[in-house]
Amino acid sequence: MLSFLVSAIRLGMTFLLGSTGETITEKAGHLNLGTPGVMCVGAACGCFVEDLYLSQTGLYADPVIAVLLPVAAAFIGSAVMGLLFSFMTVTLKVNQNVTGLALTTFGVGVSDYIISQTGLAFQRGSKFFNASFSFAEDLGWFGELFLSHGFLIYLAIFIALLTTFVFNKTKIGLHLRAVGENPATADAAGINVSAYRYAATCIGCGISGLGGLCFIMNYLNGNWEYCIDAIGWLAIALVIFTVWKPSIAILGSIVFGGLYIANTYITGFTIQDNELFKMLPYIVTIIVLLFTSIRDSKKNQPPQSLGITYFREER
Amino acid sequence: MNNNIALECRGITKTFGHVVANKNVNLSVKRGEILSILGENGSGKTTLMNMISGIYFPDQGSIFVNGTEVSIRSPKDAFNLKIGMIHQHFKLVDVFDATENIVLGLSGKKFNIKKAKKEIQETCDKYGFEIDLSKKIYDMSVSEKQTVEIVKVLYRGADILILDEPTAVLTPQEIQKLFAVLRRMRDDGKAIIIITHKLHEVLELSDRVSVLRKGEYIGTVNTAESTEQSLTEMMVGEKISLDIDRPEPHDTKDRLVVKGLDCFNADGVKVLDDISFVAKSGEILGIAGIAGSGQRELLEAIAGLQKLSGGEIVYNDPKTEKAENLRNKTPIEIKNLGVRLSFVPEDRLGMGLVGNMGIADNMMLRSYKRGKSMFLERKEPKKLANKIIDDLKVVTPDANTPVRRLSGGNVQKVLVGREIAASPTVLMAAYPVRGLDINSSYTIYNLLTEQKEKGVAVIFVGEDLDVLLDLCDRILVLSDGRVTGIVDGRTAKKEEIGLLMTKSKEGK
Repeated sequence: MLSFLVSAIRLGMTFLLGSTGETITEKAGHLNLGTPGVMCVGAACGCFVEDLYLSQTGLYADPVIAVLLPVAAAFIGSAVMGLLFSFMTVTLKVNQNVTGLALTTFGVGVSDYIISQTGLAFQRGSKFFNASFSFAEDLGWFGELFLSHGFLIYLAIFIALLTTFVFNKTKIGLHLRAVGENPATADAAGINVSAYRYAATCIGCGISGLGGLCFIMNYLNGNWEYCIDAIGWLAIALVIFTVWKPSIAILGSIVFGGLYIANTYITGFTIQDNELFKMLPYIVTIIVLLFTSIRDSKKNQPPQSLGITYFREER
Repeated sequence: MNNNIALECRGITKTFGHVVANKNVNLSVKRGEILSILGENGSGKTTLMNMISGIYFPDQGSIFVNGTEVSIRSPKDAFNLKIGMIHQHFKLVDVFDATENIVLGLSGKKFNIKKAKKEIQETCDKYGFEIDLSKKIYDMSVSEKQTVEIVKVLYRGADILILDEPTAVLTPQEIQKLFAVLRRMRDDGKAIIIITHKLHEVLELSDRVSVLRKGEYIGTVNTAESTEQSLTEMMVGEKISLDIDRPEPHDTKDRLVVKGLDCFNADGVKVLDDISFVAKSGEILGIAGIAGSGQRELLEAIAGLQKLSGGEIVYNDPKTEKAENLRNKTPIEIKNLGVRLSFVPEDRLGMGLVGNMGIADNMMLRSYKRGKSMFLERKEPKKLANKIIDDLKVVTPDANTPVRRLSGGNVQKVLVGREIAASPTVLMAAYPVRGLDINSSYTIYNLLTEQKEKGVAVIFVGEDLDVLLDLCDRILVLSDGRVTGIVDGRTAKKEEIGLLMTKSKEGK
């Protein structure tokens, strides 16, 4: 049971990073369906740099740099994907859905290429990522559950809380939400819509990309698997599931994580049952969507101009 | 140069592609003055104001604020010059409350909602606005939203206020309230520019009037020296009659008898509540009411597009003399019964026409079932399209140009023309002159009157009470989905209708 919860949390935080990034992007009015591709690229960039760093330093790698360097690489690599998305949709005014889907396909391809250069094993790097408080082991189940995780897991929660704070309590957040709700209004109020959309998308993609790295390093312990895009789609589903609120997503992501791996912890299932189980997060998302649309609560709706490209002089 | 001038434009020109929206426009407004800008639709009023408020940038010409030449490249620049614009389509974020909308985009000050709220309240008290600052925009009425817009620009310290058609969506009582506020602001030394179509408002409120015609500046006159007739001539460039011909109805028969109609919308809110009325052939029945009082639902119910929960709609067929119940029939069933309803929906491009298709193809949307072969019959629709273009003077390169590219007035003409071509017995028109210039509006009014003379029962949903009173034989007033009165169009007073429009709301 304990190991199930620990795994659920680790996988959940992967979802959380992905969905927090996507939420930031969506709050600015960008429906980025490229998130699965972004997470792939984030993971690949991080792993590639980790591999490079460890092969350079040999046996005496600095544990802090061994974590921060790949994290920075993952963030920058994914942010570049965000930059590409913004350039296409804001500057060239291409349809967001098409751009996003193209970005997903592109991102999966790019990550496969990068990984073909390094191989699939990053267990050594993963040790740095999973390094945690040394006193955790002395605290029994409490330590195991809450204090045994690596840096990225706590970073995920911190980012989610910080994002909630920025959304609700700061001027930047107010402006960002205005840009996503009604860009024409924001524009008339003197807010630079393009700048906000560029920035939100790049930062959002950067955070999503960390999710990809977290998946490989913290959840899979450094064994590369070609299924990060599936995690990406779930991250997008999680955004809807938690009605665009990163604070709710902290718990929601653990639920998703639990649902996703439940089949491996419950014995006595056939292969068919396993596949049914894997569908659960998606089914839950559909149910949540149903409820939010039936209730027609104005509070829990997506940003109003989500997916709509803004063009000031349109007549 | 008179240093009392707050804002001056000289030789402003702006083009969109091949379309010249503004050509060599000059304009000036003094402090402590209300200037009206008058012009038909498409005469470039809004474009000009958008250039002053930084949404567009002029191709040529210069703008002076307080005597110094300025370059307004973004709305932010306009704020810094203390220019505030209240747009026709409100620029508010629905899910934010009033305070959040007002502080949006404000720079410099430290972000402190509580302190801002107090300051905003002070501004409100100064000019006599009544508003709940914590109310979400989606819970607000149109007039409350407008108040938020005005408070927003005042809170930012605007000295030059531009209002784009502020009265279009208000009741007569709300308009008087707004005018009182505007006069108070004028006396406070602010320069106010107001864009409107309504001549009597221009005469009532403003000190001077500037007139634009087809993007060109015609001239500025003192309001005290002008009349409705003289202003119209400046606007249109020719003499036109402002009286709507209203012949007495004759041979009226009950064509449509509506009894106790109830209807709920998708959210379970009652949008039509016990509606009963009779529409007679050979007369125009007007429907008045604040936007969203159930006009759309009522017309859709008759056209068979709304599911009803109670009541009935009886249609007396002029050919067979039989009474048919239209309730809960689909539009096609209604057509198959021989019942002819022509419907001009509120949202022209949304429900009426397909924007990317040409006029001829849009004609086919109504007639494609008549074709005999399996391929589309293009000849007849094309003929009809050309007839409409000629009869109604639609400005378009040809019948195949996508209607999306036509101006609002021309789109409306196409839509009304198509519906009339079906030679209906009941013609329903919702806001058929919305966004039309004076000439086109009168063309539409005459078309409706012509139909009435032919014995058609015309139902006309309008927003301008003066027009309703001039055009309609009887006027039904809706408020919150209820009929609050049916008055005679020849004897009723505007104030009376205004009161009926808000009746049940205040009773709550």
